[in-house]
Amino acid sequence: MERKTYNFKETMSKPERLAPGHRMCAGCGGTIAVRAVLRALHEGDKAVIGNATGCLEVSSFMYPYTAWEDSYIHNAFENAGATLSGVETAYNVLKKKGKINDTYKFITFGGDGGTYDIGLQSLSGAMERNHDLVYVCYDNGAYMNTGIQRSSATPMYADTTTTPVGSASDGKLQNRKDLASIIASHDVPYVGQSTFIGNFKDLHQKAEKAIYTEGACFLNIMAPCPRGWRYETDDIMNICKLAVETCYWPLFEVEHGKWTLNYEPKKKLPIEDFLRPQGRFKHLFKPGNEHLLEQFQQEVDRRWEDLMFMCSR
Amino acid sequence: MGIRERLSGNEAVAYAIKQINPDVMPAFPITPSTEIPQYVAGYIANGEIDTEFIPVESEHSSMSATLGASAAGARALTATSSCGMALMWEELYVAASNRLPVVLALVNRALSGPININCDHSDSMGARDSGWIQIYAENNQEAYDNFLQAYRIAEHKDVRLPVMICQDGFITSHAVENIELIEDDKVKAFVGEYNPENYLLNAEQPMAVGPYATSPYYMETKKGQREAMINAKDVILEVGREFGAMSGRSYGFYEGYQLEDADYVMVIIGSAAGTAKDAVDILRDAGKKVGILKVRVFRPFPAKELALALQNAKAIAIMDRAESFSGEGGPLGTELTTALFHAKSTAKVVNYFYGLGGRDFRVENAEAVFEEIASKDNIEPYQYIGLRQ
Repeated sequence: MERKTYNFKETMSKPERLAPGHRMCAGCGGTIAVRAVLRALHEGDKAVIGNATGCLEVSSFMYPYTAWEDSYIHNAFENAGATLSGVETAYNVLKKKGKINDTYKFITFGGDGGTYDIGLQSLSGAMERNHDLVYVCYDNGAYMNTGIQRSSATPMYADTTTTPVGSASDGKLQNRKDLASIIASHDVPYVGQSTFIGNFKDLHQKAEKAIYTEGACFLNIMAPCPRGWRYETDDIMNICKLAVETCYWPLFEVEHGKWTLNYEPKKKLPIEDFLRPQGRFKHLFKPGNEHLLEQFQQEVDRRWEDLMFMCSR
Repeated sequence: MGIRERLSGNEAVAYAIKQINPDVMPAFPITPSTEIPQYVAGYIANGEIDTEFIPVESEHSSMSATLGASAAGARALTATSSCGMALMWEELYVAASNRLPVVLALVNRALSGPININCDHSDSMGARDSGWIQIYAENNQEAYDNFLQAYRIAEHKDVRLPVMICQDGFITSHAVENIELIEDDKVKAFVGEYNPENYLLNAEQPMAVGPYATSPYYMETKKGQREAMINAKDVILEVGREFGAMSGRSYGFYEGYQLEDADYVMVIIGSAAGTAKDAVDILRDAGKKVGILKVRVFRPFPAKELALALQNAKAIAIMDRAESFSGEGGPLGTELTTALFHAKSTAKVVNYFYGLGGRDFRVENAEAVFEEIASKDNIEPYQYIGLRQ
């Protein structure tokens, strides 16, 4: 496929496919992810958007109003993968029968609750069957819609409402699940991990690749939630930058099993830099909790080394 | 004149699917309905139909993908039984509230636990409030005929509701019986093409499906579903008549067997009606005025029609093949008793539970039920029959 070089101004000037006026919070990472992904759709191409139950769904399609310019389907929490599988299959049949002429792309959005956890089976099925669709996880690391409960995407030691920090608790006990690598193991044509960095070139290009690569593709986008993470709302770009510069959220892609690191920090920053601005990690900075920070750093280092190994093969 | 064949109930439904040639069938195997997707996969493998099969990883996904395909504009269906249906429970409600005219080939099987693979109606009866039309078959011929009528009812503009075509696990699904099939061209003309008004892949008009509806809107969606269900009554009758004109076999809400002058009536659903008819024959030969009312359509519930058909009965045995654990009667028992109450019936009513988990229901059992309601006055109103001693 022919791709143009990335032009920030041109890309950002494209007509929005998610209209303003939806009810997502100011500064929500979820809608930033959605708009960035949809900008990668080529002009003239139509899309059917899927959506797992979550903040995005209940805030963007509240009867009788929809914020979606494209056809859109929300079914339930745990079945965005299966639902879009049905839509995509219907498209193939109807196109074969000559009932449809237009080109459609199929993109579904789910939070980490609908993707890492309750919807993992449905997602795995859709990926394994290799439907020609893109599943986009906007990962904000907890069940934000129901009020900041931990998910398997929540990082260790985060303070959530089901892993509250207390006199006998340091927050979540477990490390986060590495979903991008799980999906890559499905032998799908494309997996990309990204977030909001610089001029959005990384995310735009990954979205375009995912949408225009035939077969089941997966995007894992870190999409901070100012309410759940407890940082200053206008600090989102800085939070994302620190996630990448500390190697907490590496930018990489996996094409047919070939791993590529898209960005390597010149000087890897200490994980404290990413954790400090976030209220959910406040307890880690209390005197006597230095060992928790140390453990967090060790886990980041271990995963980074694993990733470097995968990308060097 | 149709084509004479010998098929099992599963083969009969699969053959109906082949003749209808629907667009998308996602399915996940579960006994005793597994053969249906297997046959369809076979037709596809041999290039006999255009249907796309999605081998999903669970029944929740089979119904989810069916709904996705239907919303996209395709004619879609799936098949399942028992726990498979329980797993898609959430999606049954979504299908009905989104007014998606999908069809489910349900092969009735007992719900766990304990796990049991044989017939009862606990699966579909549990889903009686999900907003689906439910049509039951006594034998393979009816399963086939009902399936051919399903899309006509589901897709009708006054209805637009999902339809469940139910047959009894193993008893009907696996027993091979004589059947009269209808010629392909006749089926094609009868079922017709599916041209939805609104669908996701309509390039002229994008559509959004599955909103968050707050309290000011939610209740109206239920009212809409209710109206559609009431409208379905006329449509079911109209389609049943038209089917009769084509095939010689007409269908309504129920079938009466020696019903008109019967003093003692057994009301029953599914394959056990066949057994009960034998008992009626024996008892009629002995001069007893007994009869059967076999309920074909349980949703919408034809309350008035059933009560009218039972107006001359002195005593009624209502047969339930599913528990509801109210302690006061099963699904058919409760609803039919309500209908009789509204019709000011003074008939004696007894609600029997039979055949749970595939327990045999024999001609002797049916005879004993007739004997009891005809001869005794103080009968235990809710009782199990065929229990181990």
